[in-house]
Amino acid sequence: MSDTYYNPKDLKKFEDVGEFGPELAEKFFDYYGAVFEEGALTAREKALIALAVSHTVQCPYCIDAYTTESLEKGASEEQMMEAVHVASAIRGGSSLVHGVQMMNKTKDLSM
Amino acid sequence: MKSLKTLEHKLSDPAYQLDVLNNYSEALKNQPKFKEKLEEIDLSPLKPTGIEIFQMNVGYMCNMTCKHCHVDAGPDRDEVMTKETFEQCLEALENSGVETVDLTGGAPEMNPHFRWFVEEASKLGKHIIVRSNLTILTTAPKYQALPEFFAEHGVEVTCSLPFYSKSRTDRQRGEGTYDKSVEALKKLNEIGYGKDDTDLELNLVYNPAGAFLPGDQENMEKEFKRQLDRKHGITFNNLFTITNLPISRYLNFLMESGNLEEYMDRLITSFNPAAAKGVMCRDTISIGWDGTLYDCDFNQMLEMPVADNAPQHISEWNELKLNNRQIKVNQHCFGCTAGAGSSCGGTTAE
Repeated sequence: MSDTYYNPKDLKKFEDVGEFGPELAEKFFDYYGAVFEEGALTAREKALIALAVSHTVQCPYCIDAYTTESLEKGASEEQMMEAVHVASAIRGGSSLVHGVQMMNKTKDLSM
Repeated sequence: MKSLKTLEHKLSDPAYQLDVLNNYSEALKNQPKFKEKLEEIDLSPLKPTGIEIFQMNVGYMCNMTCKHCHVDAGPDRDEVMTKETFEQCLEALENSGVETVDLTGGAPEMNPHFRWFVEEASKLGKHIIVRSNLTILTTAPKYQALPEFFAEHGVEVTCSLPFYSKSRTDRQRGEGTYDKSVEALKKLNEIGYGKDDTDLELNLVYNPAGAFLPGDQENMEKEFKRQLDRKHGITFNNLFTITNLPISRYLNFLMESGNLEEYMDRLITSFNPAAAKGVMCRDTISIGWDGTLYDCDFNQMLEMPVADNAPQHISEWNELKLNNRQIKVNQHCFGCTAGAGSSCGGTTAE
């Protein structure tokens, strides 16, 4: 048993998650592979989106993988940082926009 | 920055480099050997398909000291090809069907016989490629006139530009490199290089500025073209993506940054049989500054000359024997067979 929740070496074991349920894993990986194929969006754009989402879901494995992937796809440091700021803006904004609910409720309750 | 050789760094010893790649840790010791991978796909022993490219390393002297340089070149290196060796190269070329001469270094332009040789090889009707670091074309006046000289002789200019951004380029190749490179590229464009309406071919070479692999060549080329045009109005013909091979200064970086095992693992797990079939050592011969013959520029830096049953020196040129030699391989060769493959002309897998 690992003494930490996250071990960088576990990233390489991602494909092994099919060990306890191969059919669903196979479906997932087929879908996953198709999502990241070059399409209306370039592979580089998809890597940057994945990098941003990785920060939103705060997945260390994903951040590790999509930092490398973004570099390999030719993204610049500036582009990668901008992607992280997009994630931050949405995360921050999603909290802040609920402030409207708080304000509405406050007004409902107030004399 | 000084070369590993001047620093008397232990990685300046090719035997030590090979030992590191094979035995540095238990993980590296247990990795499959390149030769075994070739055996699995019936490609061992690796044999030439016929020499098409005559690659001459005319010296390790360079005006730059890039962090990733597999040659360990720099201003403190004084190995340069003599006129006598150049003449032996011309004699071999005269007696050969090889059509392409690929000049590399160091900065090949710094060899005192460089211009003379280009003129002579040009007279033989050979297609000449010069691998320029670009910055040399913006230094002393004698180098500033080279773009016109290249154009006059129809020389193909293939230049290093690790990235389209200043920060990443300068980090890898030294402060000020990006601006000087842009200046040189603009000059080459001005005289017709990289333009659709001329035959003056201008190619860029991308290699990753770190412990990761190059991306898809076609997509990288599109992005380089878009960014360089947008930022500077620069155009070029092709982008060649090259994987960094784990030797010399790049090996030093991998070890110092703790990336060696993971990088080797990445190269090995990305082994591509199609890329292996197209490795450049099969159609290229590499001539060292002192005339010694090698299977490629990387084997040259690891002091692994061609097999014993082939001519060892350019003065003994024998194409038939060279075409029948066995190519020497070791763990660094995984760098040329990962993913889409890597060679001086970019990817190799079809």
